[in-house]
Formats: sequence, C-alpha cells, structure tokens
Amino acid sequence: MARFILGRLVKAVFILLAILVFNFFLIHAAPGDPAAVMAGEAGAGDPTYLAELRERFGLDQPLYVQLWIYIKGAVQLDLGYSLRQQMPVAELIADRLPATLLLTGVAFVLSLVFGVIAGVAASARQGSWGDTIISTLALLFYATPLFWVALMAALVFSVWLEWLPGFGYQSIGAGYTGLAHAWDVTKHLILPASTLGLFFMAIYMRMTRASMLEVSRLDFVKTARAKGLKRRVIQRRHILRNALLPVITLAGLQAGQIFGGAILTETVFAWPGIGRLMFEAINQRDYNVILGVFYISAAMVLLFNLITDVVYVIIDPRIRLTG
Amino acid sequence: MSLLEIRDLAVALPEGADRAFAAKDINFDLDRGEILCIVGESGSGKSMSANAVMGLLPQGVKPVKGTITFDGEPILGLPEKEMLKLRGGRISMIFQEPLSALNPLMRVGAQIAEVFEAHGALTPPERRARALKLLDEVGIPDPEAAIRAYPFQLSGGQRQRVMIAMALALEPDILIADEPTTALDVTTQAQILTLIEDLRQKRGMAVIFITHDFGVVADIADRVIVMQTGEIVESGAADEVLLRPSHPYTKALIDAIPRLTQRSEADAQTREPILTVEDLQKTFSTGSGSLFGKRRVVRAVQDVSFELYAGETIGIVGESGSGKSTVGRCLVRLLDPDGGRVMVEGADIAELTGSALRDNRRKLQMIFQDPFSSLNPRARVSRILTEGLIAYGTPRREALARARELLELVGLDASAMNRFPHEFSGGQRQRIGIARALALDPKIIIADEAVSALDVSIQAQVLDLLADLKTRLELSMLFITHDLRVAARICDRIIVMQKGRIVEAGPTGKVLHDPDTEYTRSLLDAIPGQEYERALETAGA
Repeated sequence: MARFILGRLVKAVFILLAILVFNFFLIHAAPGDPAAVMAGEAGAGDPTYLAELRERFGLDQPLYVQLWIYIKGAVQLDLGYSLRQQMPVAELIADRLPATLLLTGVAFVLSLVFGVIAGVAASARQGSWGDTIISTLALLFYATPLFWVALMAALVFSVWLEWLPGFGYQSIGAGYTGLAHAWDVTKHLILPASTLGLFFMAIYMRMTRASMLEVSRLDFVKTARAKGLKRRVIQRRHILRNALLPVITLAGLQAGQIFGGAILTETVFAWPGIGRLMFEAINQRDYNVILGVFYISAAMVLLFNLITDVVYVIIDPRIRLTG
Repeated sequence: MSLLEIRDLAVALPEGADRAFAAKDINFDLDRGEILCIVGESGSGKSMSANAVMGLLPQGVKPVKGTITFDGEPILGLPEKEMLKLRGGRISMIFQEPLSALNPLMRVGAQIAEVFEAHGALTPPERRARALKLLDEVGIPDPEAAIRAYPFQLSGGQRQRVMIAMALALEPDILIADEPTTALDVTTQAQILTLIEDLRQKRGMAVIFITHDFGVVADIADRVIVMQTGEIVESGAADEVLLRPSHPYTKALIDAIPRLTQRSEADAQTREPILTVEDLQKTFSTGSGSLFGKRRVVRAVQDVSFELYAGETIGIVGESGSGKSTVGRCLVRLLDPDGGRVMVEGADIAELTGSALRDNRRKLQMIFQDPFSSLNPRARVSRILTEGLIAYGTPRREALARARELLELVGLDASAMNRFPHEFSGGQRQRIGIARALALDPKIIIADEAVSALDVSIQAQVLDLLADLKTRLELSMLFITHDLRVAARICDRIIVMQKGRIVEAGPTGKVLHDPDTEYTRSLLDAIPGQEYERALETAGA
C-alpha cells in the first residue's frame, strides 16, 4: 500500500512539473512579454523603463534560465505577483482558498452522503411510491440549471422568508468570534452549499440506485440469501459495498473539480472564493493569477485522483493484490 | 415418511413468458442420505423446482399450487422469518458459477463465518476455528492461507470447495447442488463429485443434484428425475432410468451423449499439410515490471509444433490454463506469438503485418465458445454475416446473396437475416457463428470450445453440422475442447496439452484408449460415467 501511494506520488510530481512547463510556455507564447504588458498598462513606452522592468523580473535572461527560475519559484509556492491586486498571487489564492474549500467540500460531502442514502432507499423499494418520489426529485434537480436554483433559493429563503443571509461569507462588521462566528458562517453557507450539492446529489442518487439494482441480481447475492442472512445485512454488506465502486469512480472525478467548479454559485451568492477570483482575473487579463489558479487546480485534481485510487484500493482487494 | 415431499407443485412464470409454468405437476420424495439427480436441458425447469424448496425463486416467479413438506412440516409459503432459519441451516445450496457465487470484496473466512452469524451460532473466535476446520474438510490445501484469501485468489475448483464448506457449515439435512461442476475441468469435477459422495456417506446428508450431464448422473445418482419443458417425464432408480429409459425424450437425451468409443474414420494422411506450426511460443506477463509492482510471467504456449493436413480435424484438449485456447488465438493472430512459425500455403502468419496479414488471415476463421457474447447484440444477422465480406471488398448485393446461402448451409431460414442475435436459441446462435466463420471461404476453421455451452442434444446437432460442412466444403479443422467425449466424436487426431506444452499427440483411438502418458490417462480416468458407457454398450450389443 505504501509502495502504491509512493509510486502514484512520484508520477503526480512529474505530471505537475509537466503542467508547470506548459504554463511557462503558455506565458511566453503570448505576443509581447509581461514587461511590455505592464509598461503598456502603466502608459509608459520608454525603452529604458522596459529594460529596467525586464531586468527586475529576470526577463533578460535566456529562456531556459527563466524556466528554471519559474519552476524554482513555483515549487516554493511563489506564483508571481498580481499587478492588479498589488499582492503576491500565492497570498491571493491562500486568502480565497478556505472559503472555496469550505463551500465545495461541504457541498461534496452532503451530496455524496445524501445521494447514496437516497439511492439505497430508492433501490430497496424499487417500483414503489418512495422510489418514484425520490427518482422524480432527483431528475428535477438534475435537469434544473444551477444558476436558476441558486437565484430562486436566494429569492425564497433570503428575500421572502428572510431565514438565511443571501450573500457573502459572514456578516460584515459584526465582529463575531468563536462559536458565534462559526454559526454565522454556517448560516451563510447553507444556501450556496445546498444549491451546489443538489445537482451532484441527484447524480449520485441515480448512480447508486442503478448500481444497487444491478448488483442485487448477481449470483453472490443469491448465495448470501441461501445462507439465511437477513435482507438488511445482505443490502449493506454484500450489495452496497459492491455497488459503491462505480459511485466512487464518479465522485473521484468530480472531487477534482471541487476547486474551480463553483464559479456560478460563488457569483450568485457573492461567496469570496477561488471561482470568483478566477473570473475577475480573466476579465482583467491578470495572467499570473490565472496561471496560479491553473497550477493549484491541477495539483488539487492530482491529489483527489490519488485519494480516489487509495479509497478504491481499500475497498477492492482485486486491485490491491494484483495491480 | 420421507425427509422432503413435494406434491403437485406448480411454479408460474410471469405473464408474457414463453410458457405459463416454469414447472408443474412436480411430485417427488427425497430420503435421508439419498442422492437424487434432476436432469434436463436448459429451460426444462429443473433449477426452478429446487429453488422453490429454498424459497429463492427469481422475481415474478411464484409457486401457485402444491405443497412442499420438509421433515413433516409444510414449508411452501412459510413467512420469510421462518424460511431464514431453514436456509443455510437445514437446507443449503451450491451454485454453478463458483467465481460469481462468492462476494469478490470479502475474505473467504468472513463469508463462511457469515453462515454462523446468520443463525446466531457460536462466538466469533469459534466461527473462525470452525471455518478453518471446514476448509480442511473440503480439501483446501492450506486453510490458514485460504481463510484470509479473496475469492479471485483461488482456482475454480477451490472456490467451489469454499462454496461447499459454506453450505455444510451448519450440517444441513439437505444439500441442493445446482450444476455445481459444469464450469469445472473434468479432473476438478471428479474431485468435487467424490467430495459430495463422501460427505453424503459421513453425514447422512440428502442431496438434490441438478445437472444436464448424464455421465455425472450415472456416477452419483441413487434416483433420477428427467424433466422436459417444466414437467417430469420420467423418474425412477438410476439404473432403471439410465439403462432402460421408457420415455422417448430420455432415450433421445441418452442417445445424444457423445461416446468415447464413437470414433470417426481417419483417412490416410498422404496429402500436403495445409497448416504447419513450428515452435510456437507465447508468454504473458502481468504487472509493469517497473520500479513499483512485481512482474508475473506465465508461459502460456511453449514449443508447440504440429501439422494439420487438408480435410483433417485435430482436437486440442487439456484442462483450463493448459494453453489450448492461446494456441488457437495465436494462429489467427488475435494474439501475437512471441516466437515460432505458422505456415499456411507458404506464408508465415506469425510474421505478416498490414495488408499481407489481412489477405492471409481470412484463410483461418474462428468459431467461439459463447454463442451469447460472441455475436454483436446490436447487429442484425445480415450485418454479422456480410461485415467480413464487405471489408474484403465484396459488393454489398453479392455479400447479401452469399449470406443467404450461408444461412441455408447451416440449416437456418433466410428470414433470419433481419433478426437480432437475442431472438435465437443458443444452438441457432452457434449456427450463425459458424455461418459467419464460413463467409470468407476459409481453408481452416478453428473452433474454440464451440459446443461446450450447448445442451447435449443441440451439441450433437452442431457437431453433425460441422462434420458435414467439413466434408462438403473440404475444410480442415482445429477443434479446441476440454471435453474428451466431444473430441472423440469429431477428431481424427488429438493433441493433449498441459501447462503450455504438448504432452501427447496421436490418432484419436490411440490417445483415448491406449495413451502413452500418465497425464492423458488421468484426464481419461476423470471423465464421469465411464462404467455407464460400457453398460450402455453391452446393453446395445
């Protein structure tokens, strides 16, 4: 197991390095160089100023030296400087990261847990009223556009009912600390997290239901019944565990997107996360920020793929012992 | 009073099925310590009757009439809670497919311990100890290792032993065995049959043994029931039914059994060989062999050489894992051999690439084992039969005309053209598979277990068809099979393979009746129903 993880980590480092190099050449493929962009934005075309800028950022060095410097920086999480925000990119991202991880992480866990539970419940009563209701709701959530659900949720729960705050990460100027702060953030979190989670919950529910029904027809389930095991035990121990394998594959793919996949929700609920940072950076041509987010996203995808593989290996002995 | 009494049992199929009852008018008794065989072809309702005893019928299939009395108590229609006590406790069951019948994600020990858990017997450490003892009892070589193993780490025979250990855990009164040896090699089958026979004697357990194989029946049955389309057509003591069958269906089934002694005449091989295989090698390796993960190497085919003459049929026989299928696949280049030569009409198939390979490989065509998965379920028969021809440049119209001829050749109606594979029975599908193989006018047919998935009576028809086509179209054939009786029926010469090597080769009569090697002899000894076959011959003579 340790060897497996080590192997995957080594591969991940190489992929990340490849992405870095790709990043680097992406910058240099654009016409002009960052110095020209900066000078242009500052409204100064003075060649000495340009040369000064180039020297300051090391742009007068040969390409391979620049590549080396860039990689060295990136490895130490120095992702350059955002001229727009007048802050180092790494700091900007670190600032926004917790909010995004909180939102998408909570949405992901909620959707997975409730999706699987709903799927199991629906499959256990295949064709009954309960199954029909769960399946219809899931289809509804799946088919409705995310931004519409978000707007409606804000309208109903925040504007009309005034139960929950409709935007932001915390009450501005309230200065809560400790538990009061946590409760404040939780209240702000409920609407965006459930909006984002509903869609994925619908997918997990349908997947779990289909997978449970398929597995329940397999021979070993009949063996389990022939042993005289109770229905619930068969459901949990024999069917669910086997049925979870495809769900985990799907969840792993989606967990990789957790980082950047919440732009819409963050925009509607004014959630100060990475998605909005990215969105603003694109609008403002803030290359260093875009590339920084790209780099961190790639790292996240690799991390979640690794986690998925480890979970898979824990659940399915066939991979652990033959792979 | 018998241990189990079934009276007037009728099991209804869901509406829209091809008949109303899966089984009806089922009457039989089972005594303690008795082995009762239920024989019939697929779809005869033999499994349904047994599943009804366990209360494990598939969804939509329901018993509608009759009684089942177990140990003096009626058990048909008993509430689920009461049935749970019987299942696995007093009546237990083993199934055909030992791989899929075990949960792939659970250790073997845990799956056995579950039986005790389900019935609230013993403490967890005692359960483990009992599981170990059971594994030892059913003849698993290293129980300590097996108890921690996952099903995929065991061989087919070992998995079936685990199933049996599970079924015996609580010393049931009745063991229901549903085709338990059908998926196994002859040698493994013989061991499992001996094991069941032993257990019956030691524990006085009654056995209901469901099978389509009369050889197996002859070896173990005390009494026999023959079923056809849901009804019992004949029943009685084993000797009575097997040697003096009264019902025409039973007679037909018994006549269809291929005999070891039934031998086709081998004509003198003076002609040129059409296929020459020299030193064929194929090695499989799993795992990357890189820094992480160790490499496992299986030498599937080693130094295999033989010649196939025009108009001749060679049988390649061996246990699973002997490399016989790999040889077939290397010949048509579904696998690339690692070494050796495959000469067909002066060209080395093993070496060719690109268009030269395409032009030559049409001379060898393959018929596969599973008539269900070897035809594209989304393609009509017309497409299945013309695809190859069109790929080789035959105009569509001509290809369709040829496809109709082919259907006639294999004994199917031209109306089959517009139908999908699932609309045909297993035997018909295999005929389509044969027609597909013949479409490109091959010189050589390679049949890989082509009749193994078929019932005996269908098997006989398909073998007759193959023999007939062979003479009419002047084909040569390589017949890969694990079934020595089938080989005896159709082959001129036989090659016996073990662990990737040829251990014996010679004329069919010589190999099957006077083998040179110990291995071939052990294969022959494992064939079930040999005494029965001799008895049939004496009776017939």
